[in-house]
Amino acid sequence: MSDTPIDRVVKATPPSVAAKIRGLSDRTIAWLFVAPTIFLLLAVNIFPLIWTINLSFTNFRANRPNRDVDYVGLRNYERILTDGDIWLTMQATAHFLFWTIFLQVLIGFTLAWLINRKFKGNDLWTTLIVLPMMLSPAVVGNFWTFLYQPQIGLFNYGISFLTGADPSSFQMIGDVALAPWSIVIVDTWMWTPFVMLICLAGLRSIPDYIYEAAEIDRASKWRQFWTITVPMVLPFLMLAVLFRGIENFKMFDLVVQLTGGGPGSVTELTSINLKREAFEKWRTGYASAYAIILFVTVFGLASIYVKALNKVKER
Amino acid sequence: MSSYSITEPSSRQKWVAGTLVIAYAVITLLPLVWILTTGFKSPVDAIAYPPKVLFEPSLEGYVNLFTTRTRVTAEQLEALPPPASWYEQIVRNRDMVIAGPSRYGERFLNSVIIGFGSTFLSVFLGTLAAYAFSRFKVPMKDDLLFFILSTRMMPPIAVAIPIFLMFRTLGLSDTHLGMILLYTAVNISLAVWLLKGFIDEIPREYEEAALIDGYTRFQAFYKVVLPQAATGIASTAIFCLIFSWNEYAFAVLLTSGTAQTAPPFIPTIIGVGGQDWPAVAAGATLFLVPVMVFTILLRKHLLRGITFGAVRK
Repeated sequence: MSDTPIDRVVKATPPSVAAKIRGLSDRTIAWLFVAPTIFLLLAVNIFPLIWTINLSFTNFRANRPNRDVDYVGLRNYERILTDGDIWLTMQATAHFLFWTIFLQVLIGFTLAWLINRKFKGNDLWTTLIVLPMMLSPAVVGNFWTFLYQPQIGLFNYGISFLTGADPSSFQMIGDVALAPWSIVIVDTWMWTPFVMLICLAGLRSIPDYIYEAAEIDRASKWRQFWTITVPMVLPFLMLAVLFRGIENFKMFDLVVQLTGGGPGSVTELTSINLKREAFEKWRTGYASAYAIILFVTVFGLASIYVKALNKVKER
Repeated sequence: MSSYSITEPSSRQKWVAGTLVIAYAVITLLPLVWILTTGFKSPVDAIAYPPKVLFEPSLEGYVNLFTTRTRVTAEQLEALPPPASWYEQIVRNRDMVIAGPSRYGERFLNSVIIGFGSTFLSVFLGTLAAYAFSRFKVPMKDDLLFFILSTRMMPPIAVAIPIFLMFRTLGLSDTHLGMILLYTAVNISLAVWLLKGFIDEIPREYEEAALIDGYTRFQAFYKVVLPQAATGIASTAIFCLIFSWNEYAFAVLLTSGTAQTAPPFIPTIIGVGGQDWPAVAAGATLFLVPVMVFTILLRKHLLRGITFGAVRK
């Protein structure tokens, strides 16, 4: 055993105590405790990732495992980046990402601001509002197709009640123009509470004395909002956007159950498109290259974003 | 604190804010209320126009959820002995007989086994790793912690391709063990990050006192730190459980029969000519209500759980 500071402490302690301490050194315990986690992640995450990279240079098809596999170099990557359909998929994803984040930030922040007026019973209502986000997206998404049914669906009924339009005159899921909004609505319904909770934590972290000082300086409420509230909540809000951005870039379960990517492919987000290539068309090599491109994109965008976030925090 | 503060909102402001928030809550909870009530509607009431708020409760959805049924002719129905139970009566009223149990029970049980199995494993491994990261000098600590977090950024479908091949080679496709290991690997990043936060908050002095009293490191860990971290461990466990419970992408790609969990199964519940909405709603209700209860129990730690410990309040 090497002569670590702990060992020296052990030597300096009385024998009766030393006998009990001996056992394992801190360093051994540290490794013993961390190793299983790292091993599991290497086996279930890193090894498959390396395998995917390797497959992305081949024309392997998982439904024909016995066929000869050829290395095709960068051809898969080339085909993906020049494929018009994939750019359409990316556009659908960008539309989904932009509007879900925009609406969730807008509604989530407003709700948090209102809850922070500390009205009676605000804790109870906060807990109730949070419920949708904890539920299974696949199960809830499936049920939303029922709410979206023309005529009998609760959603269509609600819209017709408010606007007077005939509830069977529009189909949220079946219509090319409305389907992209149908997934935005459900995602916003589900995840606005997430942004709300984080904003609420941000608002509650602002100490009262800052507002008191502003009040003494005769700053208007409007000015207080823009010079105190918004800048202090911004790091929290940016964190919420990071989480929602990563999650919605990976979006699969909710949208698969709601629209399945249709009608046509107007709501075919990248994960759904990838699933078709990999598990329906069985173009494993091509899909692997696709997966790598997506992973690099998320990772790259997230890293840039985290740098920006840290800058905001430092201010 | 003084009884009057210039930053305290006026009572009119509170009233307006409260009304708006409650209005939002009511609208946002409608779909959930609709799931709960549709489960108790008859198939006719479920698809009535305008949507029915008041209806005669029926257990048909729940009966249909747990059974498979076959249609019989009027003469065959006459020839049968009288129904032995209330649920047989419900089925007979629709000119059908019960052919056997449905798969819902099995799928639900699979969700329970895989959920609890992976939760136990990820919390067990996560607690050990979190303790080491919190208390010891681990080489490249920050890199390792970031690596653990970054595994969560990969789209599940992207990882699913090689996992699918790996499971096929190892014979883990569609097995409980395979799914438990997979969900453990996905959950462990959450477990490590959350638990590290909880353990960081336990003063080191407790353990140091124990060490001086002659405990070994190991004893100090499980006799002093673990009891102190109990609340944190419990809430981490619930978050892991909820994740495994809700997970769909891996479940739909890697399981088809013996190990299939409830989320891929519930949307496939169909009746005559399309989905049997009362049965789907009944299945969803039984599946969602436990999570709702856990959410209410967890409300104090919710923010921490959903942000991987980044926001602690």
